[in-house]
Amino acid sequence: MQKLLLLGDEAIAQGAIDAGISGVYAYPGTPSTEITEYIQASKDAKERNIRSSWSANEKTAMESAIGMSYAGKKSLVCMKHVGLNVAADAFINSAITGANGGLVVLSADDPSMHSSQNEQDSRFYGKFSMIPIMEPSNQQEAYDMTRYAFDLSERFGTPVLIRVTTRLAHSRAGVECKEILDQNEINLPKNPKQFILLPSIARKQYNILLSKQPEFEADALNSGYNTYIDGTDKSIGIIACGLAYNYLMENYHDNEINFPVLKVGQYPIPKQLVNNLYESVDEILVLEDGYPIIEELLRGILNKGKKIRGRMDGSIPAAGELNPNIVASALHLNIESGHLTPDIVQGRPPSLCEGCSHTDTFTALNEAMLDYSPGRVFSDIGCYTLSALAPLESINSCVDMGASITMAIGAADAGLIPSVAAIGDSTFTHSGMTGLLDAVNTKSPITVVINDNSTTGMTGGQDSSALGKVEDICKGVGVEEEHIRIIKPLRRFHEENLRIIKEELEYKGVSVIIAKRECIQTLGRRMKLKSLQNREADTAKK
Amino acid sequence: MKKDIILAGVGGQGILTIATIIGTAALIEGLQLKQAEVHGMSQRGGDVHSNLRISSNHIASDLIPEGKADLIISVEPMESLRYINMLNKKEGWLVTSMNPFVNIPNYPPIEDVLSTIWNVPRNVTIDAEKVAKEQGSIKAANIVALGAASPYMGLKYESLEVAIRTVFAKKGDDMINLNLKALAAGKNYAIKRT
Repeated sequence: MQKLLLLGDEAIAQGAIDAGISGVYAYPGTPSTEITEYIQASKDAKERNIRSSWSANEKTAMESAIGMSYAGKKSLVCMKHVGLNVAADAFINSAITGANGGLVVLSADDPSMHSSQNEQDSRFYGKFSMIPIMEPSNQQEAYDMTRYAFDLSERFGTPVLIRVTTRLAHSRAGVECKEILDQNEINLPKNPKQFILLPSIARKQYNILLSKQPEFEADALNSGYNTYIDGTDKSIGIIACGLAYNYLMENYHDNEINFPVLKVGQYPIPKQLVNNLYESVDEILVLEDGYPIIEELLRGILNKGKKIRGRMDGSIPAAGELNPNIVASALHLNIESGHLTPDIVQGRPPSLCEGCSHTDTFTALNEAMLDYSPGRVFSDIGCYTLSALAPLESINSCVDMGASITMAIGAADAGLIPSVAAIGDSTFTHSGMTGLLDAVNTKSPITVVINDNSTTGMTGGQDSSALGKVEDICKGVGVEEEHIRIIKPLRRFHEENLRIIKEELEYKGVSVIIAKRECIQTLGRRMKLKSLQNREADTAKK
Repeated sequence: MKKDIILAGVGGQGILTIATIIGTAALIEGLQLKQAEVHGMSQRGGDVHSNLRISSNHIASDLIPEGKADLIISVEPMESLRYINMLNKKEGWLVTSMNPFVNIPNYPPIEDVLSTIWNVPRNVTIDAEKVAKEQGSIKAANIVALGAASPYMGLKYESLEVAIRTVFAKKGDDMINLNLKALAAGKNYAIKRT
């Protein structure tokens, strides 16, 4: 079969299509976004009628996927690591219900926080919910393991978690694909009570999950995704999880490594393989891209066994993603040094685009806030978070999706009146609407600025669930109509916009200002596409 | 054959296009390839880079180890120095556009940036925007930089040409020809200079 040049994300997407999924559910989030985008653009997926529209948030995505699994069909859910926090309620309980049709959850972690607020390790969630985890080390494995995860899910009636990190998600390599499997027919669970988590049933279901644990481990022993590679030098044994295996092998030409290595790609890790390694070596080095989850298990609380090295003893830095040189220094290998980076190189942080509507909104907001003491603007997650940086320096917080409105409520309750929330349209429908309802119910003296650019901008311009609905949602939640103000953030409307913001800041109740202007990036792309279509139409006429 | 290449620039300058062209050319020659890209937040006018590894043998890591890159191709002069620690001190080449992209208040004087680059052994600096303009459009500046790096890439020049035809196929013949001319102009400049 022909090799395709695919991002890790795209390999997962193709693997899921070929595994016979009937749907993918997701909310955009770096570095997971390209999985769903690939399926949305895929001809194979279109022919097979695979549903792929964006969900409002990761929780609604997860629940819809559980519903598809209930109906007997295969579904994939994708999110970034912090998205799994949002989906956690549904995710953890899906382990208790178990799966009917194949149910695979993909979580893309971001060690080094390239585009994130933390570097949490999704493997903890897999362990916490007691389901199998797959962790591919390369693009081919990303494809193969996705197919395998669906098989595993249906064989054991369990959701399966796939964990990748940014480097694999956003790195391209050749991938060999296999035949496309058929989608499932509708087929409801044999046990009609499987998905009813009333305590009496949940207790039974939980016992079923517990009873499957030895089978999960046996499968991880036999699947071929955990391999023990023996070596002659027993002074160190190495456990390399997922991508870490590549960084290890990068340091040994022609794969000539003398130490025994346990390459880990599927969890729970089989005790037998770990024991084989432990018994035959003097000490163990654990290489994990993320938190020291295996290292901590091996050390235990007392750490009285053989020496276990890794992030916890400083052999590897506690924070940040791995790379070949970090692994080399943990193994005391010689490292080539490059030129020193000259002092002349200045930082170049990301910034709002030229002509971005957020710049005009925050310029007006900054001026309006001069009437009050500083420190009152709670913001959220999106492009507009960049208004934290110079020259705007407009905002005072960014914690998680939706936290702007709710933090403003708390600060106003504490006496900081007025408090301001700044949130985007997509983030508003993701997690802001319920907070706004709280504000309405308690008549909080807050002003909510919804930066409505009609897209999910930060992740590259995906459809926003809020499109054309922001005003109606605010009305529906109960914001007084005269305090829902719509402004067009353009420099030439600055004075008018400033006046409106000032008026609403003075109102001692909930007011919403919708700053509405399309994202300059999606607008540009739309115009380009239009002119291309016009040109094609002209050529056709000739 | 093994080449480890760092591509550098500012979000929106077209370094992913360069990466795609080199990647396509490598596939044409039947080579293995790994290409780590930067997506997401940094693309908003921040510094971006890509690790591109091509080899006739298996490639382990998606990331190039420090001090081992054979080539840095940059479409912005200050950005060419940001990853200089990645370059092989004994053999590596640095190829960069001389045209600064100034979107920060503390951008250093361009003369200082260029003189720092000229102190790096094995460097090529090119006024890519001027050369691209002469070929028809300033938009092809990234391909001019690619052309200037082409003698140090270990790939056949013809493979890069075929790759440009493939990558720009949907954009029409005018676009293909512009980029082929830009590639050639970049290459000729580099050959004359060294």
